[in-house]
Amino acid sequence: MQNFQGVGVSPGRIIGSVRQMPKPVSEPPSGERLAEGISPEDAVARLKAAAQSVHDELKGRADTASGDGKAVLEATALMAKDTMLLKSAAKLINAGSSAERAIWEAGASVSEMLHNLGGYMAERATDVLDVRARIVAELRGVPAPGIPASDTPFILVAEDLAPADTATLNPAVVLALVTSGGGPQSHTAIIARSLGLPAVVAAHGVDDLADASEVYVDGAAGFVAVAPSDEQRAAAKAWAETSATLAEFDGNGTTADGHLVPLLANVGGAKDAVAAAALGAQGVGLFRTEFCFLERDTEPSVDEQAAAYKAVFDAFPGKKVVLRTLDAGADKPLPFLTDATEPNPALGVRGYRTDFTTPGVLERQLEAIARADSESEADVWVMAPMISTAAEAGRFASLCAAAGIETPGVMVEVPSAALTSATVLREVGFASLGTNDLTQYAMAADRQLGPLAELNTPWQPAVLRLVQLTVEGAAQEGSGREGDPKPVGVCGEAAADPALAVVLTGLGVTTLSMTARSLAAVGTVLKTVTLEQAQELARLALSAPSALEARDWVRAKLPVLEELGL
Amino acid sequence: MPERTATIASRSGLHARPAALFAEAAGEQPVEVTISMQGEPADDALDAASILSLMTLGAAKGDVVVLRAEGDGAEAALDALVKLLETDLDAE
Repeated sequence: MQNFQGVGVSPGRIIGSVRQMPKPVSEPPSGERLAEGISPEDAVARLKAAAQSVHDELKGRADTASGDGKAVLEATALMAKDTMLLKSAAKLINAGSSAERAIWEAGASVSEMLHNLGGYMAERATDVLDVRARIVAELRGVPAPGIPASDTPFILVAEDLAPADTATLNPAVVLALVTSGGGPQSHTAIIARSLGLPAVVAAHGVDDLADASEVYVDGAAGFVAVAPSDEQRAAAKAWAETSATLAEFDGNGTTADGHLVPLLANVGGAKDAVAAAALGAQGVGLFRTEFCFLERDTEPSVDEQAAAYKAVFDAFPGKKVVLRTLDAGADKPLPFLTDATEPNPALGVRGYRTDFTTPGVLERQLEAIARADSESEADVWVMAPMISTAAEAGRFASLCAAAGIETPGVMVEVPSAALTSATVLREVGFASLGTNDLTQYAMAADRQLGPLAELNTPWQPAVLRLVQLTVEGAAQEGSGREGDPKPVGVCGEAAADPALAVVLTGLGVTTLSMTARSLAAVGTVLKTVTLEQAQELARLALSAPSALEARDWVRAKLPVLEELGL
Repeated sequence: MPERTATIASRSGLHARPAALFAEAAGEQPVEVTISMQGEPADDALDAASILSLMTLGAAKGDVVVLRAEGDGAEAALDALVKLLETDLDAE
C-alpha cells in the first residue's frame, strides 16, 4: 500500500475520499491571438456562454449560502456577466485577441480601477480576478480554481492553502487537509487548527493522489495511507468517539498535582473572543490587533480602534486579555506603515520597529487601548511584538505609562530578547514567547517554506533552550505583580501541541495561549502529568540531539497521546 | 430623453449588497438604463445594470445621481429604479 509521510499539524484520524484542489489558472500568454478560422463574433459568443455558466454556478452557490458569504457570492456572480467587463473584453477580441487573453486583460484593468478607489472597492478587486480566472478555466474546459464545491464530504489535497481560501472552506464538507507543500507554521496549518480539522503538511507526492481514492489521514503522526487497513479503520472509528470528549475544556488548566497553568486563547477579533470564551478559555493570551488595520489604506481612528478593542475585552470580564500592538510588516504589509520593497522583510521594519519609521501610529493605538480598558472590566495587559533589546522594552513601557496602561510587556520572538531576558524584563511586567517567529529566527528558516519544514519546528532543542533562558532571566529579575517571578507565557502555535505544552510547562512557562479549538486537548493531557514529570520531560527534550528525537522521546513517555489519537 | 434624479439612501452607499440589488433590477428592465453623478455629462453615463460600473461610480449615501432611459417602458423603469435607490437597502 502506498503511504505518505509528512508533518502532522492538527490531530485527528479520519478516512475519506480525496478531492484535489485544482491548480491555479495560468495566465494566457501576452499577445495570444484568435485561432485561425475563428471569427471574433464566435469568440465573443463563446466568452458570453462561458461567463453565463460561471454566473450560474456562483448564483447556485449563493442560493445555498447564508449571511455575508451569500452577499459576496451574489455580487461575484453578477460580476461574471457584467457588461462593463464583457464589453471591454469584446473590444479586445474584435482587435484580434483570443477570448482567454481578452477577459484576462479586461479583468486586470477593472480590478486595478477598483484597487485604486481604495476601501471597500479595493477589497472587491480580488473578486474580479477570481471571476476572471473562473471564466478562463471555463473557456479551457478545466476545473474552476479554488476549493472544489461539493455536497459530499472529502479530504482536500492541495499544494498549499492561502489565507483567502479560509473563506470558502466549509468545515462541514472538508474532513481533513493534506498538502504537499507548506510547513508546520504555514497558513494551511493555522487554518486547520482554527477549524479543528486533522491536517498533514509537507507530504511529498500527494499531488499525484487520484480524485475519489480513499485515504486514511493521521493528523498527529503526519501520516497518509492509501487503501486503509482494518487497523486504520478501527483507529478512525475510535477517534470519532474520543474527539467528542476532547471538544470541551473545563476552564481549569492544571497539572495532575494542582500546579496551575492558565490556558488562554489566541483571538483576532470580537467574534473569536466570544467563541473562545464559550470554549472555556481562561482569558486571552494573544489578541492580534491587525484585523483593525489590514486591507486599509489609512490608519483607523482612535474611536474606531477603541470600539473594536472593547468588543474583545467585553467577552472576558474580570479575566486577563493580553493585547499585542500592531504587528505589520513581513507577511502582513500595510500601505501606510511598511515598505513593500524591502529586500528582506522578515528582518526588516516590522512589528514594534514600524514606530521607528512612522511614529505616532503606536501612540494612538495605545490611547485607544487605554480608553477601551477604562470602559471594560477585563484585566488588560499590552505587549509589543518584535522587541530585540532592553532599551526598546524600556521605551515601550514608558509609552504605555504615558497612555495610562498599567501592565506593559514584550513578545519574545527575536533570539536576542530571549538571551537577554533578565535585562529586558527589568523594563516591563511580563513576556510572551511567540514561538513561530522565535523558531524561524533561531533556525534561520522561513516559516512558509515546505523544504525547511524539518528545521521549522518548535521541538528544535535550540528553540526550547531559548524558552528556558527566557524563563531563567525572568526568575533572576524578581517579582511581578504577586511577588512571584515575572510571568512568561507562550502564545505561539507550540502551545497548541499537547506534548509540547507539557514540555513548556516543565520549562517554567506560566500560561499557554492557543487557538481555542486546542484548549480541551491540551487541558486533558496536562492533567495527566505532575509538575515534576513535566520538568523531567523538559530535561529530556532539551538533551535530545534533534527535533525529531525530542518529539519522539517525549511522546513515548506520554502514552495518553496515542490513546487519544493526539 | 426621460431622466430622473435620485438621492442614494443606503447607508453603505451604492456598494456591496445595494449595488448588487440595483444592478440586478436594472438588468431586468425592458430598456437600457444609464446612471451618472448629478452634474456630469450624459455622455459619461454608465450602464446601470453593471455592478462593476456602479462600484466605480462610487456614489455614497446622500449623493444625487441621474438615471436615463429611452423607449417603451422607459418612464416606468425609471420610476421603479428611483424608488429602489431611495430605499435604505442595508436596512432590509
